Amino acid sequence: MADIEVETEGRNFTINFGPQHPAAHGVLRLVVELDGEIVERVDPHIGLLHRGTEKLIEHKTYLQAMPYFDRLDYVAPMNQEHAFCLAIEKLTGVEVPRRAQFIRVLYSEIGRLLSHLLNVTTQAMDVGALTPPLWGFEEREKLMVFYERASGSRMHAAYFRPGGVHQDLPPELLHDIGEFCETFPKVLDDIETLLTDNRIFKQRNADIGVVSEQDALEWGFSGVMVRGSGMAWDLRRAQPYEVYSELDFDIAVGKHGDCYDRYLVRMAEMRESVKIMQQCLKKMPKGPVMETSGKVAPPKRAEMKQSMEALIHHFKLYTEGFHVPEGEVYCAVEAPKGEFGVYLVSDGTNKPYRCKIKAPGYMHLQAMDYLNKGHMLADIAAIIGSLDVVFGEIDR
Amino acid sequence: MSHSLTDLQDYLLAELGTALTGSTISFGDLTLNAHAEQIVKILNFLRDDSQCRFETLIDICGVDYPGRARRFDVVYHLLSMRENKRLRIKVKVEEGGTIPSVVDVYPAANWNEREAFDMYGILFSGHPDLRRILTDYGFEGHPLRKDFPLSGHVQCRYDEEQRRVVYEPVSLTQEFRNFDNLSPWEGAKYVLDEADKAEDGAG
Repeated sequence: MADIEVETEGRNFTINFGPQHPAAHGVLRLVVELDGEIVERVDPHIGLLHRGTEKLIEHKTYLQAMPYFDRLDYVAPMNQEHAFCLAIEKLTGVEVPRRAQFIRVLYSEIGRLLSHLLNVTTQAMDVGALTPPLWGFEEREKLMVFYERASGSRMHAAYFRPGGVHQDLPPELLHDIGEFCETFPKVLDDIETLLTDNRIFKQRNADIGVVSEQDALEWGFSGVMVRGSGMAWDLRRAQPYEVYSELDFDIAVGKHGDCYDRYLVRMAEMRESVKIMQQCLKKMPKGPVMETSGKVAPPKRAEMKQSMEALIHHFKLYTEGFHVPEGEVYCAVEAPKGEFGVYLVSDGTNKPYRCKIKAPGYMHLQAMDYLNKGHMLADIAAIIGSLDVVFGEIDR
Repeated sequence: MSHSLTDLQDYLLAELGTALTGSTISFGDLTLNAHAEQIVKILNFLRDDSQCRFETLIDICGVDYPGRARRFDVVYHLLSMRENKRLRIKVKVEEGGTIPSVVDVYPAANWNEREAFDMYGILFSGHPDLRRILTDYGFEGHPLRKDFPLSGHVQCRYDEEQRRVVYEPVSLTQEFRNFDNLSPWEGAKYVLDEADKAEDGAG
């Protein structure tokens, strides 16, 4: 009888995931150590999209630095601009007119829809569904048209400016956004019929990537990542900015903290966003959309034809830029992906001395090793998807 | 809001006493200045104390002040979801000096400290894995330091002959233009460099 040696010990091996991989949602390189199909360690290598945004901002005037924020989380550009504008306004003490505040809230919620639509549907694609992204992207296209009609640009809007928003919205645009709010919930229903009770989608997401309350705190999570774990924490409610305190909306909270709950929270948040948008349209007052003191915003074109002062102001604002008083502030907004913050240090000149961008995705991606340990290789795609990472903001 | 912030400020000054070097409230933010070697103790207290509960680490970042003896500020931003408060802690550290890592207090500090190391060269002692994070593999220098040029030192391109990506010193086809738009009435400092001064003296 021959001896038969049976190899009982499996070999660990290391695979490289990305940097170009459709499920990586950008340029993410993961070095994954596997024991069979079980993930033992994940080492994310980031920075492949690093453009030195913070360094560039230090070399630009405040207004010139603004468009860089569109290029961070390019899925919901205006939400980022918002944080930077709030920081400048806090330092300069500029008051934003009420109409501009409503417009900002309206477009922040459009940004939330843009981001959640992309995330929910592409995450579904990562776990095998093809139809949701096709339906979701159709709606995103409509929303981007609203961006374009307000700012002239589908993505890189540069629409929120210190002191207000760049231009007023025409009544037809508000009317069309109102119509969109009527029809959009139906599309959400349709997407839900594809996913919410879908057996495959549930099997791929339920009990995957579970985040407990304690984990969420330790890893510095924010946004959907904490709400999915059962904490009703939303900056729009807890530390309201603009007119959020006057608006009526609910905070969706998950129970289990898994990928499936985070999907449900995002779906519910989209419905709340529509509610907020409708209230904004109803309550939006008439009036200016930019502060009028001439401190940070340029004078009106017509004024410049008449007044020498106005012309000088315009020239100074677009060459030298406005000066921001010395000091430091941290301002955060509830961006679709979580708390997006700007730590702005001003030395009293026309350029920021230091501008640190706190991106929510950075903290979320950091926990990849922790979240993936013990899961199957195929779950990595589901977990990355539900973390909602965009490399524009992580790599900066 | 401001009232409760001053309460918190008084409470923290009493509790942490000697570990702090000062505190300010400005623009509605409370800032504590602290000794670098005490940072772990301070953060542990802030996280666990029942009146603080600063359990979420928001951010750690560096700020560069080249003119100072202790050149860098390391700035910690904390959030207490239970008390709905924010807090900023600043410590100073000199170039090449070390500061204790707070990864044991907040696991989330890991990447933030790596970033501060990458961008400023601030060393965190006791960090489990202090590698560069955002810059290229094999990158040299610390890009967010004020003395690091905006254009960087090297550029890369694909070389057809060698059939690989090559790195070479930066060459700009057009000189980098840095407009000084600061109003002369507000006292921009036009410092003559040494050669100009000598010329002025001669002329």
